[in-house]
Amino acid sequence: MVTAAAVDLSVDLAGARLANPIMTASGCAANGPELHRFIDVAQLGAFVTKSVKANPQSGRGTPRMAETDSGMLNSIGLQGPGINAFIEKDLPWLRSVGARVIVSIAGSTAAEFATVTRSLVAAEAFDCVAAIEVNISCPNVANRGLVFACAPESSRQVISLVRAEAPHSVPLFAKLTPDVTDIVEIADAALDAGAHGLTMINTLLGIGIDTERLRPHLAGVTGGLSGPAIRPVAVRAIWQVHAAMRAGRLPLAPILGVGGVRTGTDALELVAAGASAIQVGTAIFNDPTAPIRVRDQVADLIAGHGFTRFTDVVGIAHERTA
Amino acid sequence: MTGVTERTRTIAAREGAGVIQVQAELVATRPVGAYQHLTFVAPGIADLARPGQFIAVAIGDATSSKLLRRAFSIHQVTPAGTYGDTVEVVVSAAGAGTQWLTAQPAGTSIDLIGPLGKPFPLPTSPVPCVLVGGGYGSAPLFWLAQALRERGCPVEIVLGAATHARLFGAALARTAADGVTITTDDGSAGVKGWVSDVLPEVFERSSAAVVYGCGPMGMLRSISELAAARGIVAQVAVEEAMACGVGVCMTCVMPIADDDGVTSMVRSCLSGPVFRGDRVRWDAWTDGICHVPDDALGSPGWAGSDPLPEGES
Ligand SMILES: Cc1cc2nc3c(=O)[nH]c(=O)nc-3n(C[C@H](O)[C@H](O)[C@H](O)COP(=O)(O)OP(=O)(O)OC[C@H]3O[C@@H](n4cnc5c(N)ncnc54)[C@H](O)[C@@H]3O)c2cc1C
Ligand SMILES: Cc1cc2nc3c(=O)[nH]c(=O)nc-3n(C[C@H](O)[C@H](O)[C@H](O)COP(=O)(O)O)c2cc1C
Ligand code: FES
Repeated sequence: MVTAAAVDLSVDLAGARLANPIMTASGCAANGPELHRFIDVAQLGAFVTKSVKANPQSGRGTPRMAETDSGMLNSIGLQGPGINAFIEKDLPWLRSVGARVIVSIAGSTAAEFATVTRSLVAAEAFDCVAAIEVNISCPNVANRGLVFACAPESSRQVISLVRAEAPHSVPLFAKLTPDVTDIVEIADAALDAGAHGLTMINTLLGIGIDTERLRPHLAGVTGGLSGPAIRPVAVRAIWQVHAAMRAGRLPLAPILGVGGVRTGTDALELVAAGASAIQVGTAIFNDPTAPIRVRDQVADLIAGHGFTRFTDVVGIAHERTA
Repeated sequence: MTGVTERTRTIAAREGAGVIQVQAELVATRPVGAYQHLTFVAPGIADLARPGQFIAVAIGDATSSKLLRRAFSIHQVTPAGTYGDTVEVVVSAAGAGTQWLTAQPAGTSIDLIGPLGKPFPLPTSPVPCVLVGGGYGSAPLFWLAQALRERGCPVEIVLGAATHARLFGAALARTAADGVTITTDDGSAGVKGWVSDVLPEVFERSSAAVVYGCGPMGMLRSISELAAARGIVAQVAVEEAMACGVGVCMTCVMPIADDDGVTSMVRSCLSGPVFRGDRVRWDAWTDGICHVPDDALGSPGWAGSDPLPEGES
């Protein structure tokens, strides 16, 4: 019998060595101090920050959210302080508490991603950054607001510009939207352009109607769907991309799994489908201690299955299909 | 106390955090007019809480399909003692979550977080204060009145609601304040009309220096405007849809001007819910939607920003 404490949870994600595979999901934990009131963010494998752009962003009007069955719609509009304030205030705070950080970056143009990366890598506190997550599932102004990750060319363009600005020692993860016909094609473009890994999935586009006012619930009309309701979509996306890697159609690369994880069992689904790490998002709104709880539950489950290392379970379901 | 605390559990209580997450026990639930008055044994929250702060309640158990917490102003706290360590709230059953909550029997175990947000600031000298509550918005005011009177502030309370059943705490107000005025839209109790109809006279009569308000946004706006016109400081507890209540989701923002007059979209769960009335950009709301003012920091109209296309997150 393996005990949970004996399970080796450490992971090496394209060079980013983390004590455990559990992270916050971008935009679901702000930039640290708020969540640190409930859990020690240094205990996470990594803290993933809210996607940051070049300039301060007010985000959209309200209502910005609507609850849905086992999930929610949000339309925040990437509200944030801008990269300068981020590196002056947020990043040093995360470093001061000993957190490993994955910085999520965004832009309205491919060039903006490069600008943000340039400022980030020059930051004094950059040594706490374990990796950069490139949120290419955000709207591209140059292309009618279509998200970058909807097309291989725009995905490739952003990643190669970021690649040129980031030191090689810092892995890049491209964050993909599931709202595409063939996610493997986008994954291929991102990896080919220099991403070391992928984060899957971002929210799915949805609309909710307020049936009292008979109008869209969100001020911004459309919103991103998240929470346990989307978990099967995340598992499917991870499955498809990991399967393509196993088949040699894509280079082998770590996948950070995200989408609907609320418990260790949920996390294990994504891991068995091919995720090398897990991000917890919307579940934090329900329970701020969720990331640490999920970490402990995952360790228990892995021990229960008789494995001694977290990495033994990554993608295992592909070996057990009929 | 031990008998009840065995049925409660601390989930998170980090040193210096000022807020805790507990598995609380609902020990009493009773209807009060159109509302339900709930009492929880929630160890540790009472000692930390101040009037104006709120709790965020999880709906259902850890498998519930409703993931988002519901925010309720703290009506009363009782620190540890014989009946100890309780937190009370007054809930209006509106949608699915509040309907569930108000239907739970005593003995139900409920996950709650508190105290959250910034409390009502108290004046440093014993100046006259007017407290205005709309509907269940009066819930935190009696506790506030007590704190103000302990500092020697004369207190007047004004309660307003659509109808008699939606007034909360008329009897409590009489013991908590030096003067009480009641209004209802339909005239079923007190003066027929809105609180804004009676406020000018109450302000005058009491020589109010500070007005505290809690209730619907429209009411808070008129309180703020009436106060501003008379040089009275307004402190209002706002209400915006919240997903987390703890500052991590950015859904609860509203446009607030700072000391230098710069407006930004501020989280009402973290920097609020109490704001100075003259700092809230009331002009941003139309028909339940709050637009980002053009001059707000980082808005699409703001210098140095880029246009915000349709999209997600
Ligand atoms: C600081 C604060 C204090 C409050 N105090 C009280 C109180 O003392 N008594 C009381 O009855 N109500 C209070 N409310 C309002 C209460 O939070 C909402 O009525 C409740 O969340 C609605 O939940 P529901 O399940 O009925 O509706 P649903 O429509 O099912 O709610 C769906 C989601 O929207 C959010 N939401 C919907 N309406 C509101 C709203 N008006 N404010 C905040 N979130 C909303 C919910 O939190 C939930 O996440 C307060 C709100 C805030 C922000
Ligand atoms: C309120 C909210 C804000 C989000 N903000 C971002 C963001 O800034 N950048 C990003 O890459 N993803 C963002 N996301 C998406 C999450 O990181 C995650 O990919 C998605 O919600 C699915 O995971 P979940 O079901 O665990 O929430 C946001 C999600 C929510 C609910
Ligand atoms: S409700 Fe989530 S940040 Fe305020």
